[in-house]
Amino acid sequence: MQLDARIPPGPIAQKWDNRRFSAKLVNPANRRKYRVLVVGSGLAGASAAATLGELGYNVDCFCFQDSPRRAHSIAAQGGINAAKNYQNDGDSIRRLFYDTVKGGDFRSREANVYRLAQISVNIIDQCVAQGVPFAREYGGLLANRSFGGAQVSRTFYARGQTGQQLLLGAYQALERQVGLGQVKMHPRTEMLDLVVEGGRARGIVVRDLVTGAVSSYAGDAVALGTGGYGNAYYLSTNAKGCNATAIWRAHKRGAAFANPCYTQIHPTCIPVSGEHQSKLTLMSESLRNDGRVWVPKKKGDARAPRDIPEDERDYYLERKYPSYGNLAPRDISSRAAKEVCDEGRGVGPGGRGVYLDFADAIRRLGEGKIRERYGNLFEMYERITAENPYRAPMRIYPAVHYTMGGLWVDYDLMSTVPGLFVLGEANFSDHGANRLGASALMQGLADGYFILPNTVSDWLAGTKPGEIKTDHAAFREVEGQVAARTQKLLSVGGKRTVESFHRELGEVLWNDCGMARTDASLRRALAKIPSLREEFWKDLRVPGSGTELNQSLEKAGRVSDFLELAELLCTDALHRTESCGAHFREESQTPDGEAKRDDANFAYVAAWEYAGEGKAPVLHKEKLEFEEVHFAQRSYK
Amino acid sequence: MKLVLHVWRQKDAATPGAFARYEAPDASPDMSFLELLDVVNERLIVKGEQPIAFDHDCREGICGSCGMMIDGVAHGPMRATATCQLHLRHFKDGDEIRVEPWRAAAFPVIKDLVVDRGALDRIIAAGGFVTANTGGAPDGNAVLVPKRAAEEAMDAAACIGCGACIAACPNGSASLFTAAKITHLGLLPQGQPERSRRVLAMVAQMDREGFGNCSWHGECEAACPKAISIDSIARMNRDWLSASVAPAEKSRSEGSGT
Repeated sequence: MQLDARIPPGPIAQKWDNRRFSAKLVNPANRRKYRVLVVGSGLAGASAAATLGELGYNVDCFCFQDSPRRAHSIAAQGGINAAKNYQNDGDSIRRLFYDTVKGGDFRSREANVYRLAQISVNIIDQCVAQGVPFAREYGGLLANRSFGGAQVSRTFYARGQTGQQLLLGAYQALERQVGLGQVKMHPRTEMLDLVVEGGRARGIVVRDLVTGAVSSYAGDAVALGTGGYGNAYYLSTNAKGCNATAIWRAHKRGAAFANPCYTQIHPTCIPVSGEHQSKLTLMSESLRNDGRVWVPKKKGDARAPRDIPEDERDYYLERKYPSYGNLAPRDISSRAAKEVCDEGRGVGPGGRGVYLDFADAIRRLGEGKIRERYGNLFEMYERITAENPYRAPMRIYPAVHYTMGGLWVDYDLMSTVPGLFVLGEANFSDHGANRLGASALMQGLADGYFILPNTVSDWLAGTKPGEIKTDHAAFREVEGQVAARTQKLLSVGGKRTVESFHRELGEVLWNDCGMARTDASLRRALAKIPSLREEFWKDLRVPGSGTELNQSLEKAGRVSDFLELAELLCTDALHRTESCGAHFREESQTPDGEAKRDDANFAYVAAWEYAGEGKAPVLHKEKLEFEEVHFAQRSYK
Repeated sequence: MKLVLHVWRQKDAATPGAFARYEAPDASPDMSFLELLDVVNERLIVKGEQPIAFDHDCREGICGSCGMMIDGVAHGPMRATATCQLHLRHFKDGDEIRVEPWRAAAFPVIKDLVVDRGALDRIIAAGGFVTANTGGAPDGNAVLVPKRAAEEAMDAAACIGCGACIAACPNGSASLFTAAKITHLGLLPQGQPERSRRVLAMVAQMDREGFGNCSWHGECEAACPKAISIDSIARMNRDWLSASVAPAEKSRSEGSGT
């Protein structure tokens, strides 16, 4: 396997221009001869499918939910970054680029990040034109707020529902293409494998989740916008259906998987309340603009928060990171919360929580202003916890939220399987070892609206349309494998539910490959995961049949993939003996407990090649060059 | 706490359904309603029975996947709350709760509590958008949007497309859903050029899908998990009326250029 990032020549600010100019085009009359399959209908998938439809390509778009509008991008709360500098506070494309490279702890590809910053401004324009109701000032101009890891206000938002509004914008553009007959939408349809023939992606095999029918779709290009793999941890802020099946099956068909150990633990989530917990709910990072994070100075202080006097509180983020304070980046804030809880100073049941306190902000701005900014988030908190955050501080704790790792892609977003493109959270490209807040929405839409539509033409122009159809033997063969795997899941005939295996896997990952990792913990996980997988295939019970709506069967397929992916995740974490961003190896820290990178040995993308069942994956390295932003110890002090 | 559920079980669209009784002796007040169903389902699977099928995804009240009639009320007893955000602390120990799928002619049952809401996507496809191909947009600040318009548009745009308004309506009308989109786009300058054709196309599609008409019961507003105002229906009706009496848009040929 050869990794060629195909970064265009020229100065960094002109690389994207150069690439667009060098890319071959498909003339408008010929576009209708090509078919592109888009899997996933979140920000990346929906925006790609809509835009490719507008350009005149035939598009089939697939999602496992009942409607493309349900994709989990919908739940993103805080906002979307763009280097508009509307606030005249020193922002620029270069600064957004710099903040993102630094925020990613020097483990992302400079050329990709620069392009992302350039495109960010177009995204806002596009979304406004679609009628996305962004927050406005009284004069009618767009409003901004600040977000973690930045000292400028560049985040655009629609209350605490920014993801929803951006996704509805993309969904409406997509439905317009559906209405025009340019895109065919396939809801309640799950991709279960990729078909590769002659060294190229030729199409996919899917299962109709209502009837259970397995069928094939052929395309001249396949684009996966299927999200991340955070649900491998069971408890996460992801939706229940989020899964890695599409990217994992593509990995097993030849797509390299990059940096799987980069998993983001978000600092502000509602803590676990009991055994029945099925998922965790995020409280937007934007709350840290006005909320102050603290714990009691004294261990095991059981007094009510309002009874603890100022001088007995430890505002630990403000103390440790005076210049960024409560807006320190996510990886750093999460680790700091874990640290104070490990010291026995955590609050709430089980001592796994810290306070996020709005009392000062309410005093300074009035309750009305706070309600206007965060009203829906406060309501959500109260609904879940039955506590009123206007009166008592919120309790929060970190939770798995986002995965920076994903399928390896080149500058054109093409994976190591020619013709297979990967967009949004499903690829690894732009966030390095840690993603900054309000950057996921930006990346998903950059990939879907602007990058793929410009790079896919270069691929299509070099292919003969409709070369292989679904009656080809390659499709028959993969269909047979998919059907056999489904049957295998149904016929294990054991006693345990898929949910119980998923929970157990989640505990292993959270305890041994969570916010802090050690050589010993990772070796422990790598011993447990294969035996859990073995038990899964011996003792799983899936009721019902494969020819009906069977949610246990769907889930079993997804968990069987998580059980494989988890091993690669821990293998990657074990091999990377440095700390960087969200990947914190306890063995590699500075004297004051910050992540210590090892640039001499680890300034590369770890891209893993699948070597076959039971064989160790093969590591390939893409060396990262930093010509614009120079290596520095990240400091938010 | 101990709860008893009477859940509608239906194998598929073609097979008649019936209520089945399930006990949940170990419910916790901190559980969400869907977590209660999870617990019941786990036990059913261990006993070798089929679990209850229900749509759900984000469990944060935003994706719109979940929804069921709980004691005859769409999304249950809490106002402005989707089923996934409904917690058991709002029920009493010993309560018997009746759980049914959305009932509407345009929402055929797929299985148990799962229904087909594809009609809602088709209403959006008919006109619930602004025609703005990627790439041609002017600067985001080129068109000013009064704060009040943006806020009111956002109130309507908050719709999660769950279908509770339809399930709650005695006529099975999709007026609140359709009107919310018409209101969202109709309040913004970007939505003006297509305002007339949008309302005509969306209302026509709503009728084609077999949804009933609005007769101002107001159940939709009461059931809406996002508390979307019934005022939007008045706005839709007004837009529809003025679009209907205006001279019809003639389709013109685009010209072949030179």
